[in-house]
Amino acid sequence: MAEIKLRIFRFDPENPKPVPHYQTYTIETNPGMTVLGALFDVLDNQDGTLSFRYSCRWAICGSCAVSLNGKCRLACETQVSDYKGTLTIEPLPGFDVIKDLVVDIEPFFENYMKIKPYLMSQASPEKENIQMQEQVNLMQPHVRCILCAVCESSCPVSWTSREKYVGPMAFTKVYRFNRDSRDSGGKERLAIVGDESGVWRCRTIFRCTEYCPKDIPITEAIEFLKRRYFRD
Amino acid sequence: MAPIFHPVLVIGGGLAGLRAALEVKKHCDVAVISMVYPVRSHSCAAQGGINASLGNVPEGRGDTWEKHAYDTVKGSDFLADQDAVEILAREAPLRVYEMEHWGTPFSRTPEGRIAQRPFGGAEFPRTCYAEDTTGHALLQTMNEQAVKNGIKVYAERFVVSLVVRDKKVAGLIALNRLTGKLETYAANAVVLSTGGAGRIYAETTNSLIMSGYGIYLAYRAGAALKDMEFMQFHPTSLFQINILLTEGCRGEGGYLLNKNGDRFMAWCAPKSMELAPRDIVARAIATEILEGRGVNNEYVYLDLRHLGERIIEERLPGIRRLCRSFIGLDPVHELIPVEPAQHYTMGGIDCNVNGGTEIKGLYAAGECACVSVHGANRLGGNSLLETLVFGKRAGESAAAFAMHEGSDMNKSSQDAIEEEYRKAVEKIKGREGKEKIASIRNDLGRVMSKKVGIFRKENELEEAVEEISNLSARFENVHVSKGTVYNLELINALDLEAMLALAEIIARGALLRKESRGSHFRIDYPERDDANFLRHTIARLAPGGVKIEYRGVAITKFKPEKRVY
Ligand SMILES: Cc1cc2nc3c(=O)[nH]c(=O)nc-3n(C[C@H](O)[C@H](O)[C@H](O)COP(=O)(O)OP(=O)(O)OC[C@H]3O[C@@H](n4cnc5c(N)ncnc54)[C@H](O)[C@@H]3O)c2cc1C
Ligand code: SF4
Ligand code: FES
Repeated sequence: MAEIKLRIFRFDPENPKPVPHYQTYTIETNPGMTVLGALFDVLDNQDGTLSFRYSCRWAICGSCAVSLNGKCRLACETQVSDYKGTLTIEPLPGFDVIKDLVVDIEPFFENYMKIKPYLMSQASPEKENIQMQEQVNLMQPHVRCILCAVCESSCPVSWTSREKYVGPMAFTKVYRFNRDSRDSGGKERLAIVGDESGVWRCRTIFRCTEYCPKDIPITEAIEFLKRRYFRD
Repeated sequence: MAPIFHPVLVIGGGLAGLRAALEVKKHCDVAVISMVYPVRSHSCAAQGGINASLGNVPEGRGDTWEKHAYDTVKGSDFLADQDAVEILAREAPLRVYEMEHWGTPFSRTPEGRIAQRPFGGAEFPRTCYAEDTTGHALLQTMNEQAVKNGIKVYAERFVVSLVVRDKKVAGLIALNRLTGKLETYAANAVVLSTGGAGRIYAETTNSLIMSGYGIYLAYRAGAALKDMEFMQFHPTSLFQINILLTEGCRGEGGYLLNKNGDRFMAWCAPKSMELAPRDIVARAIATEILEGRGVNNEYVYLDLRHLGERIIEERLPGIRRLCRSFIGLDPVHELIPVEPAQHYTMGGIDCNVNGGTEIKGLYAAGECACVSVHGANRLGGNSLLETLVFGKRAGESAAAFAMHEGSDMNKSSQDAIEEEYRKAVEKIKGREGKEKIASIRNDLGRVMSKKVGIFRKENELEEAVEEISNLSARFENVHVSKGTVYNLELINALDLEAMLALAEIIARGALLRKESRGSHFRIDYPERDDANFLRHTIARLAPGGVKIEYRGVAITKFKPEKRVY
């Protein structure tokens, strides 16, 4: 049986004098154990006061992103065996902590709301719109975004100027709609992300692209939007 | 503290809930309350697709809504209500086109139409898909429409109880998980769209949040539950971790093999083979394993290798990725170990084709509801469809009812809400007991999987009822840590209370149903018995515990016949 030490960030707002600190738990691991599985092991067997988010457990709902040894990843998709010795688990950086690993994710969804994340279309055919598979492919893999916030919390620009920057997920979404052959709202969305709070604040650090669990080339999308902005 | 009032409140932000809310919004104000952000709902986990008789591919040209209805009724082992199935099949194309118009990135045929794949129990390729993550594609689209239409969402609120007065709904009490405070809500109509109860079983493909609490909410408030003993077991979940591998794998041509490399489906469904309905395939796999032809006596293989890398990448890319990241294996070159696991709750809150329940103003839609369109066995691709068709209908009727009631709340509801609030305050307190939640939950899961699972028999079902009651006794002495801000133990304890209550109803229903139909297979009564059991099981909360009765099935076009595949 292998063992691992989980060094977990703790913060309890209901404590009269809440102090952020780290608590270390040693657990026995088994083959195939994910970090989410390890967190449940602690919750179920060692400490019922631990808080973290989860839902699907297979990387499709976007709930469980945390920072693992300083890198943002989905807890449910990451194998514990990727780590040896001590694994430090912290809440997503750049967001306010509510309790332990649970952060206030509302600002992330506010960014989402800003860019009109829905299809704008005048057409209402009797059946479906005709769209060729090659046209669908233009939106790939951007349509696979699970709104997990890994990109935003991996981006130093987002950390430092959250109010002034819509962030990488928003660009993924704009790209997805603006490349949709059925959509007619491209200009409107470009106008929203075309200023200082949008694509021009990106410093092409590539961390969003590096860590996105769905392998979405976000930086490429940003460059595409910049070019479109000039063209239109 | 004054309750927050909306004429209609929708509990649940999955496909059914959001679709209902969008419909209400056409008529009056509405809000959605959900324990997770809507996009985190279980609906996003659906993979294979959604059924509609569009006839978009050459082999599907002859498809009609009547054929869709017939396949559904036959798949249900004739327990589905045929008036409801007709609605489901007839409205299917409308709802699928609507999602397309709203932006769902469906996969396409060479002509640019929505692509359709074969699915189990269907005569034609009828299942529309977006690669192998159709639920994610649909839920994103639905959420986008909710944003567009300015639907108010109260996220990360766990609804603790419903307020019902004189058999009429008045509001609800919710725990705000982020502040740890209880909030009170008043409404003229409430739509429950809280999903299934898969977590009652040890092996399940369901998301970790699917306890069935919403079904329990309705039951406790006095609504009837229908056909709860019918639980679907999906044939192909990844061995041990039970992550689903969509039926689309077999729809695209995948094989099932036992340890000798035999395609054993030839023995029980020679015509349909791997694409027989799920109850039949799940039983076939369980039989292989029981009779010693499983690999290591534990699982069988799903074989996709002959499809080739191109097809797998094009139509099943998510499955390949899943296999790689969770079991370190590439289905292009290797066999995938699979076992059956609980997958879908066919039963649920008893409601009519407009979502109406026995409580005035209370509606239900989606997996938590039982209309019933799935009867004893759901066909793959029909439940995403159900969320859209009946979500819309429930929204429509809830709005009509609410508007009829007027646009503000009355004094008597306020008193009822306050009374329920006081009870909820007690419910969310820490508990000093000795028993661990996880230990009771694990024991419950094991009992259900073992004794109320794919194969059932009298003495084991009796034992299960007994064991569930012992677990409920242990639950009285459970430990729950203090604190209410994102307290997982607290939520897990609430969930477990619901799971124990529903488990008993499932086991008792299974015990009383002395026949085999669809997913409910009794070793001691292996035949279907239409004379005695072509009836719905109706369970209600009575003073002494659960009370079970039966109700006839609506049969319109299709007379019950033997199911052969
Ligand atoms: C792995 C998997 C794959 C599937 N694939 C397919 C497929 O290919 N085709 C198909 O047709 N069907 C499929 N299904 C079934 C289908 O996905 C579900 O039946 C359907 O999505 C259920 O949707 P829903 O809206 O009813 O509920 P859900 O999407 O489960 O939503 C429930 C909502 O209720 C909320 N909620 C629950 N309890 C509470 C509470 N107490 N307080 C507040 N909120 C609460 C949750 O937060 C959530 O928002 C699949 C199921 C699984 C498990
Ligand atoms: S773009 Fe990638 S990292 Fe960002 S939210 Fe979407 S899936 Fe997550
Ligand atoms: S739990 Fe859903 S993405 Fe990890």
